Amino acid sequence: MSDLTKLTIAELKEGLLAKKFTSVELTKAYLENIKKANPELNAYVLVTEDKALEMAALADKNIAAGKARPLEGIPFAVKDLYCTKDIKTECCSHILDGFTPTYESTVTQNLWNDGAILLGKANMDEFAMGSTNKNSYRGNVVNPVKRAGEDTKLVPGGSSGGSAAAVAADLCAASLGSDTGGSVRQPASFTGLVGMKPTYGRCSRWGMIAYASSLDQAGHFSRSVEDSALILNSISSYDEKDSTSAQKEKEDFTAKLNNGLKGMKIGIASEYKMEGMNPDIEKIFDETVKKAESLGAEIVDISLPHTHYGAPTYYIISTAEASSNLARYDGVKYGLRECAQGDSLDDMYSKTRSAGFGPEVKRRIMLGTYVLSSGYYDAYYIKAQKVRRLFADDFNKAFSQVDAILTPTTPNTAFGIDEKLTTIEMYYNDVFTVPANLAGLPGISIPAGVDSKNTPIGMQILTPRFAETEMFRVAYALEQEIKFDRTKLNYR
Amino acid sequence: MSKVSNEQIKKIASLARIQVSDEDVVELSTKMTEIVSWVESLNEIDTENVEPMMAVENSLQMRDDEVKDDNISEEVLKNAPESKFDFFAVPKFVE
Repeated sequence: MSDLTKLTIAELKEGLLAKKFTSVELTKAYLENIKKANPELNAYVLVTEDKALEMAALADKNIAAGKARPLEGIPFAVKDLYCTKDIKTECCSHILDGFTPTYESTVTQNLWNDGAILLGKANMDEFAMGSTNKNSYRGNVVNPVKRAGEDTKLVPGGSSGGSAAAVAADLCAASLGSDTGGSVRQPASFTGLVGMKPTYGRCSRWGMIAYASSLDQAGHFSRSVEDSALILNSISSYDEKDSTSAQKEKEDFTAKLNNGLKGMKIGIASEYKMEGMNPDIEKIFDETVKKAESLGAEIVDISLPHTHYGAPTYYIISTAEASSNLARYDGVKYGLRECAQGDSLDDMYSKTRSAGFGPEVKRRIMLGTYVLSSGYYDAYYIKAQKVRRLFADDFNKAFSQVDAILTPTTPNTAFGIDEKLTTIEMYYNDVFTVPANLAGLPGISIPAGVDSKNTPIGMQILTPRFAETEMFRVAYALEQEIKFDRTKLNYR
Repeated sequence: MSKVSNEQIKKIASLARIQVSDEDVVELSTKMTEIVSWVESLNEIDTENVEPMMAVENSLQMRDDEVKDDNISEEVLKNAPESKFDFFAVPKFVE
């Protein structure tokens, strides 16, 4: 039998239903891989072995009884930001030490209702703040992909770095991440995977630990576009517990996978070829555009004039919202408390928060507090919200001309863990991904080629809000044409 | 270009309930000045007559305000570092 742990969900479903292997066998194979690889990669911060085997046994029963649900027996890793009932959830922060939710997030509950299996909680940048996974209290994650002929440890991207590494290293079939400014699409691009962020409101945020509420959205990693659509089928739902959740009928996101690109208009924006960008990425971008054209799509030049301002706009809005969201960590309700005899309530707050938050989280809380403080609110926060509207307007205008927009996912490929980037260089990592969060659009990154060092390059497809079915259609057509073979990457 | 002074850093830190050492104040002042001057690039954009966009405009759903999960104080307090008499417990304070 071929290596089970490398198969797609679609292939696994087929094998499970044909009883070629059981979910318990599959789960054990992943657990075996985790034991071997996780000490080096640090993709999982918690492995729920007993729970996984118990869920797998139940899945096998359902399959045997002919009652298989859509994701029956498929093992997942879940970012440590989703509240999982009775299973430790710390958002990879010291301040949430030992936090064990008494309830389940809606998105994960949807997965379990469809028969999926929890293998464990995945490492991440603390409170989802970062593009490297180096800001985790639980240590950095190592990208399973390495450069040809080099042993340099690369970042997996972030903030969902553990979720990406787990799929790339065959430590699960697929995984959940979350995407506030590119935290699924950028690591997918750095690890040679498919990574998808749904429309804002498509998935419930209930039980997801908040970073920036107007931008946060669930997301997921998979080995194929079809898998990505299958996962969205499961995790999307209207939820009255999230007031921003969209009241949409359930739809089958795989419905148009085979429709091809004939008759579609795909927009290309010159603003997505930036100065200082890796030339290999520009080359793959041009090639991908040609492929879309060869498949019958009409390529249309569009303009997204504010692209360059996405990163600063994002940093004002996200840090402002974060400073408010993270005010709840005060040593009273959960997690860490630092308090000495005789300390005042205020001493307890500030001691707890100083000990509990890492440097990047503190920096972002401070920036957010600054842009919201009196005298600066209009100049920074309101200004950024106005620019945010211009982003939405840019996209509305573009989507009056085209069905989808094709862009590179990132301006760079995976870089070394020890490479020094300035804060602003680091923030520019997100330049191509933040616009979708600002405008609430769905976006997907698919692997489209490699750079001169054989590290993967991702291309991003954006569509109008709630047009995920069309987005998967474009992504699938390109995937079939590109034929990216992730087994040809170099792995550690 | 706006400079974020040491005094401002101390004020922000106290608002955010984060302690910073004197060394940190200097470093944070430099870093924040750098970031703030970067975000000030937004001033190049004319936003006269543009309405601020608070959030993606999904139509927000109204629902009745009713209790659906009563009697869960034990669950609510389960993760508290300290609780007493069915309440969160904090250091004594008088204001």
